[in-house]
Amino acid sequence: MKISLTRRYRFAASHRLHTAKLSESENRRVYGKCSNPYGHGHNYVIEVTVTGPLDPETGMIANLGELDPFVQREVIEPFDQKFLNEEVPEFREQVATTENVCRELFRRLKSFPLAKLERIRVEETSKNSFEMEADVDTLDEVRA
Amino acid sequence: MIRITRKIEFSAAHFYHNPNLSAEENRRIFGKCNNPHGHGHNYVLEVTIAGQPDPTTGMVLDLKELKDILQTEVMERMDHRHLNYEVPELAGQIPTCENIAAVIWKLLEPKIKSGKLDRVRLYESPELFVDVNAGNGARA
Repeated sequence: MKISLTRRYRFAASHRLHTAKLSESENRRVYGKCSNPYGHGHNYVIEVTVTGPLDPETGMIANLGELDPFVQREVIEPFDQKFLNEEVPEFREQVATTENVCRELFRRLKSFPLAKLERIRVEETSKNSFEMEADVDTLDEVRA
Repeated sequence: MIRITRKIEFSAAHFYHNPNLSAEENRRIFGKCNNPHGHGHNYVLEVTIAGQPDPTTGMVLDLKELKDILQTEVMERMDHRHLNYEVPELAGQIPTCENIAAVIWKLLEPKIKSGKLDRVRLYESPELFVDVNAGNGARA
């Protein structure tokens, strides 16, 4: 039997999909209205899934009293009410697609010391969501 | 392989307290969940069964049968109950979402005769849920 715990959090942020590697017209062709130079925003919903043995003292995989402040510090404070392209340093070098946001969240949260990060899921809108799991992350690290 | 999921809701009270810890440690670890008067949730349970559709009926299992199992095993045990005091399967355990979901898995798993119990997902609130599955193909 395997047990995991998932917690949902929210942040609101703006972004612009644009890369200096492409010309203006190519950016417009690839990213469409998401390339609008003034940017646009979303109410992002993120799901953080952790797994591990239940602590016999608490009956918990992770105490929310510890997970919540960790996610708050690592992700919500740096991302909420921000322009991702400019205000989150990692997106100065890579396009702030929600795929890349998903990877960045995984990178930031995998150091949670009290349980194993298993999955990150990001809803950019109620229609689009992106997921990343631990083994995919490991593969990425191997390739890099 | 087809998966079918049925959802039910039940309401129950609980609080978190470990009798092996001091009152102060209980408050530090469990915070407001340690309030001895308890508090409650509207739990939402999603039960997923996996299997091949029966060639005659086209069904993995009869949903009516699953509904009856959920009524007997979960609703009658847990709905409008205090999980610390009234559910023998949780005796001696802190009724966290993890422990409740594990108990539900153990109650349901032997009752599913058509298809196989694939996943138990228990929402304590829209912002928090626990998943239980067999894990590495091993039966619980």
